[in-house]
Amino acid sequence: MTVAAVQFQSNWLQILQSPFMVHALIGGSLVAVAAGLLGYFVITRQNAFAAHALAHIGFPGATGAILIGAPVTLGLAVFCIGGGLLIGLFGRRVADREMATGTILALATALGVLFASLASANASTTTSVLFGNLLAISQDQLVVYGAFTLAVVLTLAVLARPLVFASVDPAVAEARGVPVRALGLAFVVLLALTITMAVQVVGTLLLFALVVTPAATALRITARPLRVAVISVALALGAVWGGLVLAAMVDLPPSFFIVSLAVTAWVVVLAIGGRRRRQSPEPLVDAHHPH
Amino acid sequence: MTGVDERPPALAMTDVSVVRGGRTVWSQGTFSVRAGAVVGVIGPNGAGKTTLFQLALGLLPAATGRVEVLGAAPRRGNRRIGYVPQNYTAALGHAIRCRDLVTLGLIGGRFGLRPASAAERARVDDALRRVGALEFADRRMSELSGGQQQRVAIAQAIVDDAELLLLDEPLANLDLRNQQEIVRLLGELHRDRDVTVMVVAHDLNPLLPVLTEAIYLLDGHPHHDQISDVVQEELLTHLYGTPVGVVRTAQGDLFTRAAWRDPR
Repeated sequence: MTVAAVQFQSNWLQILQSPFMVHALIGGSLVAVAAGLLGYFVITRQNAFAAHALAHIGFPGATGAILIGAPVTLGLAVFCIGGGLLIGLFGRRVADREMATGTILALATALGVLFASLASANASTTTSVLFGNLLAISQDQLVVYGAFTLAVVLTLAVLARPLVFASVDPAVAEARGVPVRALGLAFVVLLALTITMAVQVVGTLLLFALVVTPAATALRITARPLRVAVISVALALGAVWGGLVLAAMVDLPPSFFIVSLAVTAWVVVLAIGGRRRRQSPEPLVDAHHPH
Repeated sequence: MTGVDERPPALAMTDVSVVRGGRTVWSQGTFSVRAGAVVGVIGPNGAGKTTLFQLALGLLPAATGRVEVLGAAPRRGNRRIGYVPQNYTAALGHAIRCRDLVTLGLIGGRFGLRPASAAERARVDDALRRVGALEFADRRMSELSGGQQQRVAIAQAIVDDAELLLLDEPLANLDLRNQQEIVRLLGELHRDRDVTVMVVAHDLNPLLPVLTEAIYLLDGHPHHDQISDVVQEELLTHLYGTPVGVVRTAQGDLFTRAAWRDPR
């Protein structure tokens, strides 16, 4: 068995300027913005598992599209949005939702395998859905991604505050007349659009690193929603850009580097936070309440 | 206050019944809570105490009868009601600062990105100050003790100048000292702003210093009485399904106690 040698490519700057790399940079950036913005809500709504499941639900969408000769992005979008609405409509309690989500997830993955087999899709097509293929982004896809990201940004600009209320404090938000359920469905559609794009960048299996990890990192730094959004977008952008540069340097899949950079940032912030906490024990928690 | 309060009742029910999941939770609810009262809502688990609040908040319709809140029909999003749900603090974590949570109580339903105005921020500060939470306003909810979290929850409920406060088990999971501080705070809010306060509670004792009356859910119906009529051994024993004694101290303080004794 031979292991392909990892070689430094001295012409990496040139590679970065090639059209496919430029496409990847633009596409990756669009995804990073949308994913970074949604991350806070994915975490506060305890939707991380649902986000993960949506990516898997996209899998049969993508392979099914190949089967019937439709664009992969369309197949992904239809399945993600449909799956999202389905999950959103299932039980409101987190416990109910987790069971429903897990079951739908398994069924979707099975369908994906079936479709891939029926379409006699080759292994590399399946691999690119599962692990992302940022370098194969087409110009048409960029237009779609631009529209998706614009939709996410504009919708969030309108819904952000009530959505924060409904996410961190649903019982009071509902009593105060905030349309909690409608906001939940709107959010799931935005999440589905974002995941449709993110699947192309990091794949269904690694999606967590782009949709949840940057926001989780930002939340360790601050709890102010607007700042979380800014930091989380910056981290996601940094991971995508850094990942592409590293991929150009050594000719390995960008997914690996993007995920590794995002996780590295998380670990570093976690370590710094841990040390700071040890140095200054929480002064506000009184002895009667060791929380 | 002097003279007769001419405000409409804070909560009035006429022959109300509530049905949830095909089951009648309680029925024949006829009572009127005057504005400015401090009401304990008591009864065994599952008797429908929280359901009573949901009726007032417009989150659940009455199956029969008529409900009036502050002189009008109940409706969701009534800004004149402040609400602190049960297990409130447990649901919130590390993702929100106290100050931001209270701000949501004021402008959380507002669409668009327009930030809180200076006047709105001042109201938030004022609410935080009134409950004694200003000093930890910039900390995350998860960093606070149970009593501190409960204060912030109350600040959120009063920030929009609610006339009726509904608190569901605000003393649960608090130690004695924190329970007393929250009760004192409720007394202050009631005195300073003449707010009507309704508190769901398992244990009457910590609330007795401030309660003026009580609604107790017994045998499938809500009953409304002055607090001195509620704190009676026979009634409480029936209510809790276990012997309860009532003690009045020389200072006039009222206590309930478990009256069961080991027969040996």
